[in-house]
Amino acid sequence: MRPTAHPLSTLAVFLLLLGAAPAALAGEVRVAVAANFTDAAKEIGTAFDAATDHTAVFSFASTGQLFTQIAGGAPFDVFLAADRARPQRAIDDGLADPDSRFTYAQGRLALYSREPGLVTGPDVLDRTDLGRLAIANPETAPYGAAAVQVLANLGKRERFDDHLVRGANIAQTFQFVATGNARLGFVAASQIAGHEDGSRWMVPDQLHTPIAQDAVLLKAAADQSAARAFLAFLKGPQAAEVLDKYGYAPGG
Amino acid sequence: MPDLAELWSPIRLTLILATVTTLVLLIVATPVAWWLARSGARWKEAVAAVVALPLVLPPTVLGFYLLILLGPDGPGGWIASLGGARSLAFTFTGLVIGSVVYSLPFVVQPIRNAFEAMGERPLEVAATLRAGPWDAFWSVAVPLARRGFLTGAMLGFAHTMGEFGVILMIGGNIPGETRVLSIAIYDYVETLRWTEAHLLAGGMVVFAFAVILAMLVLEKRVGRARP
Repeated sequence: MRPTAHPLSTLAVFLLLLGAAPAALAGEVRVAVAANFTDAAKEIGTAFDAATDHTAVFSFASTGQLFTQIAGGAPFDVFLAADRARPQRAIDDGLADPDSRFTYAQGRLALYSREPGLVTGPDVLDRTDLGRLAIANPETAPYGAAAVQVLANLGKRERFDDHLVRGANIAQTFQFVATGNARLGFVAASQIAGHEDGSRWMVPDQLHTPIAQDAVLLKAAADQSAARAFLAFLKGPQAAEVLDKYGYAPGG
Repeated sequence: MPDLAELWSPIRLTLILATVTTLVLLIVATPVAWWLARSGARWKEAVAAVVALPLVLPPTVLGFYLLILLGPDGPGGWIASLGGARSLAFTFTGLVIGSVVYSLPFVVQPIRNAFEAMGERPLEVAATLRAGPWDAFWSVAVPLARRGFLTGAMLGFAHTMGEFGVILMIGGNIPGETRVLSIAIYDYVETLRWTEAHLLAGGMVVFAFAVILAMLVLEKRVGRARP
């Protein structure tokens, strides 16, 4: 009798190939990145890809959204949050390596409008023709929480209580302002670091608790060595240059 | 114990939005469906395709265009400026506009089908009885197409209740004004407030089931009573 391949054996070979696929992709690090760090992360990623044999792949969302995804088993290796609380919580929940946590950047907040000359300082918040002020959702986005603190410290919180629009993350908040749907908004300094148009006020650090942004290695990391290499790169001089360019203070 | 007032606000807002949207949809969709059913124009299927686009396009495409059209760079900003505002985004009116566009095919299609199923005959009979076109439309066509209207209205209402992507992009999450049910659920999940998320999400499942069941049962009844 002529030996014929059993259909199941074809399937087995196929599954074996599938199983082998991750090995072929070895050296890939999947990074969950808080939205404010989008541009900087892409630039650091390019440098990382060039400097090592690894590749970094990024997913962007608000810190709260990313944490929910990680808690739900999302396949991320590294978590670059916009606060310290969520990486700590990932550690507490047994999702992250406690020894890997460090502050990779200190974020800065900016009050921004696409209209030139509108924003000259905090006084612009006294104007009555502003309409709605865009902030990131304070419950999920640390930049949104910082914006609420700034408003409170300037004594403007009540005035804007009913005049806020909340972006799902700082990227959407910036988009509300950039499209002009909101005349004014609190965005991340990194989002407007690359251009000079519109008008802006860099919010002094003392008006809000520092936006210390922590990174952490996730236990689900498929390729621990690539993930650790990425975290090491993030601490290095090349990353520091990018951080500075985008208006971040170095982490401690 | 979750704050019931906090839970009720998005439910109430969503019900109002779905009701207003459905009413506007019936007004907008009826003439469109009538024209699509009766016109001999060669390009009418192109119009039908435009109406059906929201079925296929991702909500992000609609949301993106709406964000620009409703804002100061688009006609929405001009309309808003009449009322002293700068944009129709982040307003209830903006949500109604977005919802009408998004749910239009769900209302036009059943009504068009009903008008087409009716055929020419009833209107010809009405004409021989000296009914004017307007009279014939209201006393003959609309009653005969009631099944289509019912299906369209229910689908439009239910689809608006469940709308998410478009509203996420143009709403701005304002409590009592644009923070609808689906956005509230999204927020609760993201902030790990799962009790509230469960209450609202479970409620949506029950609601959706009830609407579909009611539609199936009513369609049969209305169909059976047909002369």
